[in-house]
Amino acid sequence: MAALPVQSRTMSSYVTLRRSVTNHVVTGVAIVSTILVLVPLVAIFGYLLYKGASSLNLAFFTKVPVPVGEPGGGMANAIAGSGVILALASLLGIPVGIGAGVYLAEYARGTWLGAAVRFTADVLNGVPSIVMGLAAYALIVAKQQHFSGLAGSVALAIMMIPTVTRTTEEMLSTVPKSVREAALGLGIPKWRTVISVSLRTASPGIITGCMLAFARVAGETAPLLFTAFGNQFWSFDLNQPIAALPLQIYVYALSPYDEWHRLAWAGALVLIVMIMASVTLVRIFANRGVLKGGN
Amino acid sequence: MKEPETIPTSQAPSKPAEATPDTAAPIPKMRAFVSNVAAGPEPATTVGPSVIRNFLQAKSSGRVADGAFTVLMLLCGLSIFAIVILIVFVLVTHSELSIKAFGWHFFATRTWDPVSGDFGALPFIYGTVLSSLLAVCMAVPLALATSIFLLDICPKFLRGPISFLTELLAAIPSVVYGLWGVFVLVPIMRDQAGPILEKYLGWTGFFVEPNFGVGMFTAGVILAIMIFPVISSISRDVMRAVPVNQREAVLALGATRWEMLRIGVLRNARMGIIGSVILGLGRALGETIAVTMVIGNHAGIVKNLFAPGYTLASVIANEFSEATGDLYLSALIEIGLALFLVTIVVNAIARLLVWAVVRENAGGAH
Repeated sequence: MAALPVQSRTMSSYVTLRRSVTNHVVTGVAIVSTILVLVPLVAIFGYLLYKGASSLNLAFFTKVPVPVGEPGGGMANAIAGSGVILALASLLGIPVGIGAGVYLAEYARGTWLGAAVRFTADVLNGVPSIVMGLAAYALIVAKQQHFSGLAGSVALAIMMIPTVTRTTEEMLSTVPKSVREAALGLGIPKWRTVISVSLRTASPGIITGCMLAFARVAGETAPLLFTAFGNQFWSFDLNQPIAALPLQIYVYALSPYDEWHRLAWAGALVLIVMIMASVTLVRIFANRGVLKGGN
Repeated sequence: MKEPETIPTSQAPSKPAEATPDTAAPIPKMRAFVSNVAAGPEPATTVGPSVIRNFLQAKSSGRVADGAFTVLMLLCGLSIFAIVILIVFVLVTHSELSIKAFGWHFFATRTWDPVSGDFGALPFIYGTVLSSLLAVCMAVPLALATSIFLLDICPKFLRGPISFLTELLAAIPSVVYGLWGVFVLVPIMRDQAGPILEKYLGWTGFFVEPNFGVGMFTAGVILAIMIFPVISSISRDVMRAVPVNQREAVLALGATRWEMLRIGVLRNARMGIIGSVILGLGRALGETIAVTMVIGNHAGIVKNLFAPGYTLASVIANEFSEATGDLYLSALIEIGLALFLVTIVVNAIARLLVWAVVRENAGGAH
C-alpha cells in the first residue's frame, strides 16, 4: 500500500523535472537563435558602414564612372538615373495602387470581387522581381528594339501597385465609420467623402505605405537588368538606356577590379542610407501631421 | 459577430447620398445648426453661405461625379487582374518558339547548350528547389525560435528594438546582400566554415572538396538570411492571433511555458505557420540578384552542396542580356513564365493558409 504513493511521487517529481528541463532548454534555444539571427544583421551593417564610409568621397556624388584602370570616378549619373526611374515609377504606380485600395476599402467591402482583387494583389506581391523585368522587356523593349528607362519604370511601377493597394486599404479601414457617416449625413457626395474625409484622415498611413513600396523597389536590380540596362554617361532620356544605382553596384561588385569594388561598397552604403532616410523622414513627418495636407 | 456590423454600413453610404439631392430640407436645418454652433451672428453669416454653396455645388454634381469616381476606382481595382493577365500573355507569346520546339520535355531535359540550340531547364529547377529548401531548413527553426522569444520570453524593453532590427533585414536590397555575400560570406565559407563541414559531414556526400566558397550552400545561407524576416514576422502575427484564453486555459492546467506554447499556441497556429514558411519559400524561389552573385552559375545536377549551381532566376539574370538568337531568348522567357506560375501557385497556397488561421481566430476571439 505504501509503495504506490512513493513510486508515484518519484515518478511525478521525475516528470516535473523533465518538464522543467525541457522548458529551460527551449527558452535557451530561443535566446541563442535570436542572437544567431542578430549576428549577420550586425555583420552586414557593420561591414557596410566600415567599407562604405572608407570609400566614400565627394567625387562619388559628382563624377561619372571612369574607364577601367583610371582611379577616381563616381556614380553621380547612377544616382540621378535611379531618381528619374523611381520618380516615373511612383507616378505610374502610386495613383493606381491608391485607387485600387480605395476600391477595396470603400466600394468592395465584403464582396466576392473585392476578395478576389485583394487575393490577387497579395499573390502579385510575391511574384519574383525578375519576372516583372521580363514582362516589361517583352512589353516595351522588344517592341521598341532598344533598352529604355521607361521600361524599367513600368516594371517597378507594377511592383509598387500591390503593396500600395494593400496598405491603402488597411489604412482606410482604420478610419472610423462615424466620420464617413457624418460626411455623408451632411449630403456630401460619396466621391467627395472618400477624397476629403477618408483619404485625408488616413493620409499619414497611406504616405508611409507608399514610401515603403518606394523603398522596396528603390533597391531592386533584377527588373532593371534588361529594361533600364545601365549607362556609363549622363542621361535623363527615358527612351534610352539609363544608369541606376543598384545596377551599377551589381556590375561593379562582379568586376575583377579593386577600384570598382570600392565604388560598389560606397554605392551600397549610399543606397541603404537613402532608403532608410527616406522612409524614416516621411514617417516622422507623417506622424507629426505636417504632410496631412492643407485645404 | 461581424455580420450585423457590416450590413448596415454597406447600405448606409448609398442611402443618404441618393436621398439628399432630392430633398431641399437639410438646408434650413443646416443653417440653423451652423448658427447655433457658431459663437455669434458674425461667424454665422460668413460660414453659413459658403457651407451651403458647397453643399449645393456638391448636390448638383453629385450623381455624375459619383458614378465616374466609382468606375475609376473599379478600373484601378481591376487593373490588378489586368496586370496578371498581361504578364501571362506577353510571356506566353514571347516564349512560343521554345514551347513549340521543346514542349513539356523542356522541363525534363538536362542539357543547356546555347551553341547548338538545345535547351532544357532541369538543372535550373534542381538548383532553385535545392537552394530554396536549404534556405527554408535553415531559416524556419531560427525564425520560429525568434518569434517565440519575442512573444513570450523577451523582456519588454528589448522587444521593440529586436523586432525592429529583424524587420530591418527585410529592408536591405538584394544587391547589398549579394555584395556582402561575395566579399564576406564567400571567404568565410571557403576558409572557415567549409573545412569544418567537410571534416564532420563530408561522409554524407553533401560537403565534398573542392570548395571555392561560391556554390549551392552559400546561396542557401544567404537566402536563409533573406527569407528570415518574412517567416518570422508572419509567424509572429499568426501566433499573436491565437486567442489569449487558449494560452490561459493551458497555463491554468499547470503547464510550463513551453507546454503552453506547444499545446496552446503552436498547435492552433500551425496552418498559419506553414503558410508563413511557404511564403518564405516563395520568396526564396524567385530571389535573383543575391543568388546569382554567390551560386557560381554553372548548370549541373550534383549532390555536392559545395559545387556551383544555377537557379531559374539566376540563369535569366545572367544570360538574358547576352542571349543571341530567338530560340535562346524564348527559352529564357519560358523559364520566366514557369517561375511566374510556380510562385503564383506557391503564394496562393500560403495566403490561403495564413488567411484561414487569422480569420478563424479573429472570429473565435470575440
